[in-house]
Amino acid sequence: MMDAALSNFKGYTPKSLPRVEPLAQGHRACQGCGEILALRMALKAIGDNMIVASATGCMEIVTSSYPQSAWNVPWIHVAFENAAAVASGIEAGRKALMRKGRIPNKRTTIVAMAGDGGTADIGLQALSGALERGHDFVYICLDNEAYMNTGVQRSSSTPYGAMTTTSPPGQLSIGQSTWKKNMPAIAVAHEIPYVATGSPAYYTDLMNKAKKAALVKGPAYLHLYSPCPTGWRLAPELAVEISRLAVQTNIFPLYEVVDGQYILNKKIRKPKPVEEYFKLQGRFRHLDKKTVQQIQERVNRQYEALVRKAASAEIEEEPTEEAAT
Amino acid sequence: MPERVGIEVSLAASEAVCAADADVIAAYPITPQTHIVEHLSELVADGKLDAEFVPVESEHSAMSVCIGSSAAGARTFTATSSQGLALMHELLFIAPALRTPIVMTVANRALSGPISIWNDHSDIMAERDVGWIQTFAENGQEVFDLIIHAFRVAEDPEVLLPIMVNLDGFTLSHVIEPIEMLSLEEVARYLKPYKPQMVLDPRHPITMGPVGVPEVYTEARQQIESVLCKSKKVITKAWTEFAKIYGRRYKPIETYRTRGAEVLLMTMGSVSETAMTAVDAMREKGIPVGLMRFRLWRPFPLEEFRRAVKGVKVLAVMDRAISYGAQGGPVCTEVRSALFGESDPPQVFGFVAGLGGRDITTDMFKEMVAKAMGYAKKGKGPLYEMIGVRER
Amino acid sequence: MAKVDAIIGWRNLAIGCAVTEPGSSRNLRTGDWRSQRPVTDREKCIKCGMCWIYCPDMAYSPLRSGYFKWDGNYCKGCGICAHECPKGAITMIMEED
Repeated sequence: MMDAALSNFKGYTPKSLPRVEPLAQGHRACQGCGEILALRMALKAIGDNMIVASATGCMEIVTSSYPQSAWNVPWIHVAFENAAAVASGIEAGRKALMRKGRIPNKRTTIVAMAGDGGTADIGLQALSGALERGHDFVYICLDNEAYMNTGVQRSSSTPYGAMTTTSPPGQLSIGQSTWKKNMPAIAVAHEIPYVATGSPAYYTDLMNKAKKAALVKGPAYLHLYSPCPTGWRLAPELAVEISRLAVQTNIFPLYEVVDGQYILNKKIRKPKPVEEYFKLQGRFRHLDKKTVQQIQERVNRQYEALVRKAASAEIEEEPTEEAAT
Repeated sequence: MPERVGIEVSLAASEAVCAADADVIAAYPITPQTHIVEHLSELVADGKLDAEFVPVESEHSAMSVCIGSSAAGARTFTATSSQGLALMHELLFIAPALRTPIVMTVANRALSGPISIWNDHSDIMAERDVGWIQTFAENGQEVFDLIIHAFRVAEDPEVLLPIMVNLDGFTLSHVIEPIEMLSLEEVARYLKPYKPQMVLDPRHPITMGPVGVPEVYTEARQQIESVLCKSKKVITKAWTEFAKIYGRRYKPIETYRTRGAEVLLMTMGSVSETAMTAVDAMREKGIPVGLMRFRLWRPFPLEEFRRAVKGVKVLAVMDRAISYGAQGGPVCTEVRSALFGESDPPQVFGFVAGLGGRDITTDMFKEMVAKAMGYAKKGKGPLYEMIGVRER
Repeated sequence: MAKVDAIIGWRNLAIGCAVTEPGSSRNLRTGDWRSQRPVTDREKCIKCGMCWIYCPDMAYSPLRSGYFKWDGNYCKGCGICAHECPKGAITMIMEED
C-alpha cells in the first residue's frame, strides 16, 4: 500500500530548488568532495526541520571538529556502528514525549547517516534492527566505496578490482577481490516503504528522493553515490562528471523501490563502456583488459536484472539536468 | 500505610521504572535480567506504563538507543548483565561524556570465560572507570528505592550523569521478597519530570559529540570528573529527602555493629545479609567484628569510608571479582588506595570469594575474619587470597 | 574565546562538550586553502545555477538578479563549477599570493 505521501508527491524542479542550507560553510572536507556534495543536496531537500545522528566517518570528522560545527540543525555523533540505533532512540524518545504532551506534536525528520563502512560493515546490525523495528526515520548511506577517513581501506562496498590500501594490486592480487555488496537490496529485503539510489550529478532526482524518504512514514533508505577525489585518485573538478558517468555506464543505476516495487528512474538506452569510467580514476589504473571485460559483463547482467525487476508501467526518461533554456 | 507485597525483585525493579514514568525502555534480553525487561514490556502492553518499548537487536544498540533517546530529552531506562554490559563498554564512556541521564539496572553476573550465568561482581568491576554513578542494592526494597533515587539524581541539573543500580543476578533478582512499592503519585512527590539542559531539538540546534581535539579533550574529561565527584552531595541529599518522604534511609557507606569493632568485614551487594548473620554469630563468641558495605561505589565515598574505618585495626575485604595480575580484587586495591596517607590506617587483607555463583557461607566469613586477625597479629599476610578454591 | 582554536577552560565548556553555536564552522576560512579560484564571465552566464548547486562548499549563493555571488572565504578551488558550467562561463585562475 503506497504511502499517501508518495502518491501525491510534488517534487522539486531545476527551477524550484530548495534554498535552505542545513550544512554550513567552512567544513573541512577535501576540495571537490563528492560525498559532502551529495549530503548537502539530500539535506537541502529534507529541510531544516530535522535531527541528524551521524556515524563516525569523513562527514562526521569534517563537520564537527571542536569548536567548529558545520551543522545548522541538531546533530549528534555517538560511535561508528550505531547511527541507526541512535536515530531509533531519538525517534522513540520524541514519540513518547509527543504522546505525553511534553513537546509539541510536530513531526521532525530523524536522519541517520553513515558511510559505506558504517552501513554495510560495522553498522549493518544496527541498520537491520532499526529497519525491522520500523522506526520513522531516513537512513542515508554515503557511499565513497572504502574507509576513506582512515586512509582508503577497503570495505564491503569497494568495487571489484579497485585499489585500496588493504586491497592493493600486486603480484598476487588484482585489487579488491570481491564484488560490491548490494546494500539497497538488503534494505529492500527488510520490506521497508522506500529505498532509493542517488547520484549528485542528478541533483533534482536525488533531492526528490530525499524529500520522499523524509515524507514517508516508517523507515526509508537512501544509497548515495559519493565520489572521493582523494581516495579514488580522481581530479577534484571531476566529482560531478564521474557521478554522471557512473549512471551512464550502468555501474550505479538510479532507481527507487516503493513497497517492494522497483522503479527505474533513468533508463540508459546506450550505456557508455565501463572503461570511460575507469580511465578517470587512479584506483582502477592497474586493471587489465580481462578484468575490465569481466566487470563489463557483470554490469550488463546486473542492469538487465534490474530492468526486469522494474515496474512494467511505461517509464519516461527524466528531462535532462543539463542547463537548457 | 503503603502495603508491602510479596513480589519477585526483578518485577519490583520494573514497577519502580513504571512508577517513575519512564519514557523509553530499550533493552536486549540476557540472563538474569530478563524478568525486569519482560515485565516492563507487559506494563507497556497493558497501558500501565506510557513508554516506547524498543526491542533492540543487541546490548550495544540498547545503549545506543538510550543515548539517542536521552539526548532527545526522554527519561530512559535499560537493564543488562555480564556480557551485555561488556558489549556496551565503548558506549559506557560516551553516555556520561554526552551527559545523558540514563538509568540502568545491572543484574550482576560473572563475565565469560568460561561462560557463566551465575552471580558475581566481575561485570560491574570492569566498568569502574566509565564515569557512571554506581550504587549497590542488598535487598528487594533497596532495588526499588535505588531506582527511584537514580532517576532523581541522574536528571539533577547539577549532575546529568547516567547511573547503574546493581543487584545480584539470581540471588537477588529472582527471589521473592516483601517490598513496599510506591505508586506513580507517591513517586511524583519526590521525582519531578525531566527537564533536559542540553537537548536535540530543531527549535535550538546544537552539535553533540564533536571531535575532541587535543586542545579540548582534557577539559572535557575534567568536566565529567568534576561533575561525578560533586554529585555525591546531590546523591546524599536525595537520600535524605527520600528518608523524609518515605521513611527509609540510605547512606554511601552502610555499617552494621561497628561500635567497638576492631575488625571490619567489607562486602558489597546481597551477600552482605549473609555477612550480617556471620557477624552476629561471631559477636556471640566475643569477636569484636563489624560489617561495612559500599552502597555508593562511584563516586568513591572517600570521607565516609575513612570515617567508618577510623580506629579499626583490621579490614577483611571480600571481593567478588578478580583483577588479574594485580595486588588483590578490585575493591581491596581501591580500599588500600583510599587509606593511603591516613595516619594509623587499619591493616588490609583481601579475600576473593563467590565467583561465578559459588555460594558464600557464614563459615567462609568466619574463616576470613579469623585469617585476617591472624595475619594482623603477625603484622603481615598475603595481599589477597582466594577462599574456597579447590587446589587439586 | 574558542571560535577558531579549541582553547577553553573546562569551567566554560558547554555541557557534554557540545557546540552550541550552529554553523560555527563559518569561523574557519577554508578559502585560505585554495591555490586557484573561479572567475565568472557574466556575459556568458545564463543563470542556470549549476555552480551553486554543484559546489560542495556552498561558495555560491543566489542573488535576486538571478546571478550567483561567489564567497572567497570558503571556496577551496576544486574546479567543479568551472568544469560543469554548460556555457564555459567560469575559468579557474591561479590564486595570487
